[in-house]
Amino acid sequence: MEMLAIDLSLGLEKLLLIGGIISFSLLVAMYTTYGERKIAAWMQDRRGPNRAGPFGLLQPAADGLKLFFKEEIIPLTSNRMLFVLGPALAMITAMLTSAVIPWGPTIEVFGRQVSLQIADVNIGILYIFGVVSMGVYGIMIGGWASNNKFSLMAAVRGASQIISYELAMGLSLIALLMLTGTLSLKSIVAQQMTGGWNIIYQPLGFLIFLICVFAECNRTPFDLPEAENELNFGYHQEYSSMKLGLYLFAEYVNMFISSAVVATLFFGGYDIPFVDEAALAANIGVNATAALGFAALFSKILFFLFLFIWVRWTIPRFRYDQLMDLGWKKLIPLALANMLITAVVVLWLNK
Amino acid sequence: MATLTNRAKVLEQKPMSFMERLYLPAILKGMGITLKHMFQKKATIHYPEEKRPFSPVFRGLHVLNRDEEGRENCTACGLCAVACPAEAITMEAAERLPNEEHLYREEKYAAKYEINMLRCIFCGLCEEACPKDAIYLSETFAPSNFTRKGFIYSKDELLIPNPVTNKESFEAAKGQREQQLKNK
Repeated sequence: MEMLAIDLSLGLEKLLLIGGIISFSLLVAMYTTYGERKIAAWMQDRRGPNRAGPFGLLQPAADGLKLFFKEEIIPLTSNRMLFVLGPALAMITAMLTSAVIPWGPTIEVFGRQVSLQIADVNIGILYIFGVVSMGVYGIMIGGWASNNKFSLMAAVRGASQIISYELAMGLSLIALLMLTGTLSLKSIVAQQMTGGWNIIYQPLGFLIFLICVFAECNRTPFDLPEAENELNFGYHQEYSSMKLGLYLFAEYVNMFISSAVVATLFFGGYDIPFVDEAALAANIGVNATAALGFAALFSKILFFLFLFIWVRWTIPRFRYDQLMDLGWKKLIPLALANMLITAVVVLWLNK
Repeated sequence: MATLTNRAKVLEQKPMSFMERLYLPAILKGMGITLKHMFQKKATIHYPEEKRPFSPVFRGLHVLNRDEEGRENCTACGLCAVACPAEAITMEAAERLPNEEHLYREEKYAAKYEINMLRCIFCGLCEEACPKDAIYLSETFAPSNFTRKGFIYSKDELLIPNPVTNKESFEAAKGQREQQLKNK
């Protein structure tokens, strides 16, 4: 009976955590669209949305409502089931990744130790890789089911792009994993808290990883699947109403989660820079430290979100052959070299 | 190859240097430029709340003028209609009756006066042609409308407010420019 009681409260705790994180990522994604428009405007000497609410803060709500009220069109020639599955899959895979990211250190609620991580699986990074590669199915299925040449072309582009960049991404991470010796994101963060952030040891790995993250998120300069001016919006051309909204929204959720992954892997996650967390926890309490840690993680995430937007409004899209050239001929050899050098250094230091 | 002029330049197509092929320095430079623009003065203004001043030679909607006593200047001579290159102006003349001296300045007046704002090219030739200072181009432009008919402005829409009974709107319709020109 006692076992059951513990399990119930554990379930409740996880349920609350899942609900909280999902609604939080949706909220952040909502305001990333606002931030994107605002920052794009500022970078082009404009003012950006400023009519809906103070400083245009209600703009994302207006956009969302607009999408909900639009007419929903499913083309007659499309495969109905797959057509609906596409955006759903894109959104689900975007949200799934958040499960293994440690959002903060352990907190105390009513005397219970609550971990701010939905699931501390020991293969956290592999899980992220698996789910992120699933994300391309959303694009593939959506583009194929639309029964439209442009959509199909975009889907094929998206698939080949993600496969190409996933290789370099994995190779750059192998170097990191050789340093940390673990696949669990929580222990990677714990190591960075004591041993310094991974960016110091793996600057090249970070650069490759970051470029690949841009490619995985289909953000400029790698937004070939939705290239407006060549493919006419690509895989979501036939989509309307909230199904289109889900596709667009999944991109922003993806950006948020990817930023969290980058911050966790290379920038110490919820580590507050230059502060000893254990001493701080003794001073101001565990929960306050956890809140500060979460704030640190969140500011790192915000920086990366800004970087995503900043790059998008600076550089133009790659040509398709350039994209493949960069992926296969530049990033993969670089990642391999990085991996080999790291391996040699690790072996040499251990001896 | 022989060139037609001596201004032709040979395009140099050197292979890119290592730094150029890295591509990253160029990206960082570009990002620096966009970041700089984030903090620069915005080119856009908050339009309905804030308006740009018109230039002193701006030619907007037409106004039919009155004199200080509020009498219409126009005598329907038709010179503006003749001068108009777009043929946007039509008018019908009428004779002033004995008890209408307070309404019209001279014996003849325009009973009907219409300008088609869709035809008008706002060249200002009517203003130049007018011997009576009766028509001039103001500082506002034609607001949007749902029908073509709405763009044919009749006399009541064109006539300036009466300076005797409604001095404020008369001044407003006259605009700032006359004042500025006087000050100069």
